[in-house]
Amino acid sequence: MSDTDTQTIDIDRERGNFRYEVDYEYDAGTGLSEETIDYIANAKGEDEWITNFRKKALRVFNKLPLPTHWASRDLESIIFDKIRYYLSQGQMPSRSWDEVPDEVKETFERLGIPEQERKFLAGVEAQFDSEAAYSNMKEALRKEGVIFVGSSEGLKEHPEIFRKFFGKVIPTNDNKFAALNSAVFSGGSFIYVPPGVKVSQPLQAYFRINAESFGQFERTLIIADEGSEVTYMEGCTAPRFETSTLHSAVVELVALKGAKLQYITVQNWSDNVFNLVTKRGWAEEDAEVKWIDCNIGSRLTMKYPGVVLKGKRARGEVISIALANDGQHQDTGAKMVHQADETTSNIVSKSISVGEGRATYRGLVNMPDHLSGCKNNTECDALLINTNSRTDTYPAINVQGNGNSVQHEASVSKVSAEQIFYMRQRGLSEGEAMSLAVNGFVNDLVREFPMEYSVELKRLIDMEMEGSVG
Amino acid sequence: MDSTEISSPEVTDLGGAFERHLALSVVPPRWKEWKRKHWDHYRELPMPRPREQSWRFASRIDFDPGGITLPSLAEVESSFPEIVGQSDLVREQAGRLVFVDNHLADRTELPAELVEKGVVFQPLLEAMERDPDLVERYLFQESTNLGSEKFHALHNAYTEGGYLLHVPDNVEVDLPFVVHHWHAMAGAGVFPHILVVAGRNSRLSVVDVQQSWQPDREGFICAVGNVFAADGARVFRKTIQNFNPRAVSFQLDTNNVERDTTVRSINLNLGSRRARFENEVRINGSGADVKLYSLTVAKDHQEFDQRTLQIHNAPHATSDLLYKNALLDESRTIFSGLIKVAEEAQETDAYQTNRNLLLNEQAQANSLPGLEIEANDVKCSHGATTSQLDPEELFYFLQRGIPRRVAQQLMVFGFFEEVIEQFDHEELEENLRALIREQFSGDVLAQPTPGAHAEPEETPAS
Repeated sequence: MSDTDTQTIDIDRERGNFRYEVDYEYDAGTGLSEETIDYIANAKGEDEWITNFRKKALRVFNKLPLPTHWASRDLESIIFDKIRYYLSQGQMPSRSWDEVPDEVKETFERLGIPEQERKFLAGVEAQFDSEAAYSNMKEALRKEGVIFVGSSEGLKEHPEIFRKFFGKVIPTNDNKFAALNSAVFSGGSFIYVPPGVKVSQPLQAYFRINAESFGQFERTLIIADEGSEVTYMEGCTAPRFETSTLHSAVVELVALKGAKLQYITVQNWSDNVFNLVTKRGWAEEDAEVKWIDCNIGSRLTMKYPGVVLKGKRARGEVISIALANDGQHQDTGAKMVHQADETTSNIVSKSISVGEGRATYRGLVNMPDHLSGCKNNTECDALLINTNSRTDTYPAINVQGNGNSVQHEASVSKVSAEQIFYMRQRGLSEGEAMSLAVNGFVNDLVREFPMEYSVELKRLIDMEMEGSVG
Repeated sequence: MDSTEISSPEVTDLGGAFERHLALSVVPPRWKEWKRKHWDHYRELPMPRPREQSWRFASRIDFDPGGITLPSLAEVESSFPEIVGQSDLVREQAGRLVFVDNHLADRTELPAELVEKGVVFQPLLEAMERDPDLVERYLFQESTNLGSEKFHALHNAYTEGGYLLHVPDNVEVDLPFVVHHWHAMAGAGVFPHILVVAGRNSRLSVVDVQQSWQPDREGFICAVGNVFAADGARVFRKTIQNFNPRAVSFQLDTNNVERDTTVRSINLNLGSRRARFENEVRINGSGADVKLYSLTVAKDHQEFDQRTLQIHNAPHATSDLLYKNALLDESRTIFSGLIKVAEEAQETDAYQTNRNLLLNEQAQANSLPGLEIEANDVKCSHGATTSQLDPEELFYFLQRGIPRRVAQQLMVFGFFEEVIEQFDHEELEENLRALIREQFSGDVLAQPTPGAHAEPEETPAS
């Protein structure tokens, strides 16, 4: 390892690094004010209650300070006045691939979306800047009553279902960026799975930032009704621009009694994206919410998926992999808020810091005094590749009550010289050995991802490690 | 809550209490200037607020450090004989100092053999007269980075009761140095200052015992301990905090650790209404081996707030922390620990473990274990667990005919033993076990367990 490990690595994210000139039909311009909101509301033809909700959120956003008393000061480099908050070519997504505008189609073609379609996935929604460009779902699911639409369409067409939970899991004043999203949200998925329906194939969405200085603020709400099951996968990309770009989503999950909800994210943002996302789920009695999260790329990611365990025996899980490369800070973690007896939660987080990358784990586990029989297990392991890599761990654990137990363990290590030596002795190059060791480090988590994602992840890691010991 | 609670946490100036203190103080003029500087600093610094990271989970400041009094020698002198008689936690010792409300109440003469070797074990005021250069090199050189900067400044403004222990290069002392710091008068502000300077390849151990004379008098105690361990030194520091349940106490410690040193620090925390302990270790030399232990038994509404920082600035060093808390009644504990490994500190082994045992549903344990690692060739880990007595273990005891209450006691004392035996001093360990048992008097563990039917009433085997 000795003299080679100061070499830095550049991850291959070229697959998403391209953009097209697009004539936008709607453009709210730069900066954020009540007028911006009026423009968005007008362009979308929204009901008055939504516009009021947005305006209230804007006031909260203006009032809340940046959380720099604990978070990275890099947040101060976001200039909210220079961001474009709404860009679209029309609100209603096309239902057939042929109707999608050519430039947008070409973008998604390169990202492999029709490819996914051919694989008979249950449903796909693709978001291009502010609005969904394409959305489709298998007819069989529609017949069973599954709703899979964009956020605007969801609030307009199915208010009786979505309004009840909209903004309830993550209130507007939860944090500054949740407030920002509540003010200018556009796009994202609204999903409803009726009682007892088990969606066997994952529903998918792709989020793509195409325009420079653009802020993407998608809003996702998934409701799994009693006894239902659903898996949702999202992928994110953006090309590399001169100026930085903001992605600030809000994702709310509701798993009613006995439901199972799984949310899978693979993000591969370019390294000038601020990715500041609020994600939280509710799990009622016997329900299960599971977040599987993979964070690669971006300049600063702040993302702490959480589960509020509201009903007896509810279960929450967060599985996360983060890879921080040069100039990147992956500030990720998990929150488990126990609110009922016999609830259990599990957090497994693995991070890899490469070059000057910095990976941070931040966690919260809360068990108040009226509860009994709750359990939490947290493991976070960090792997440091180069001598200038950095990792931090900041969990917060807060326990009271009867028969509750919590265990937290974190470790930091590097790939040992002995391991590398052992593999080199058997004829592997140093790069191959490193790649194998790193893949071994994350292997038990990678297996939790669906097949095509785990293959992709493995490939990404392989490429990284080849460079690391050049 | 206690009557020390006040409605407004604003700092009062007490109508010039500090000015009076300064006028009466017998310290040299230079020192008076320092006092003034620290007092100004204290007044400039804002009162910590719970939203600050370094005060996360702590309850709001509900005491007024400006409201203290500094009892004069005449006021406390009459209590000296009784208090000195009670200063008997460790009998076999190299030397003993007893302070009562900042005043020296008693001292033993250092054995001539140690004096010849150049060992200094003196009250600060006296040391300042005899060897000002030595004192000035170490006095007020440190602060805290863990949140209590304001209280540290207040300490520096007021402190006069404290001592300097200096063991020169290559001198090894087997018996411990023992210092008792007593809080005696109602509303007293007590500011023990502890300076431990260990020369190259020296060896020493020191025991600080902090207690209240009366069980029900309020007090504000803010102790500062600074250890300087030169290359190859072996320092073992033991601290017992057992103030009465109306006192508010702070212990703000730093340890400067150089090459190839062995530094142990162990704390037993039993007393105070709320006690905050900040302990910072800076490893500046390779080959250092640092172990930090703490045991806390919290009851009633006590709050123990512990903040630690293990800083590795040099390669090939080890630090290992184990903090155990047992919580009764509606007590609260906060453990916030951070390991910081600098980029140069390759081949660091640093560990941090926090174990909380909840013995009542209303008790609350908070853990904030943290790591900040900038080197890559390290072994670092932290672990935090919070749980109750294991029902399976309890079942095992019951099955063998051991009454529930006794079984619970055995399990709880078993939990403590891992730390107690680290005191590595039989007499002290026995005395500490007795102190801990007192903490349990009147607790559910000393009562028959409700719902446990047909179990014989037995006195616990000790």
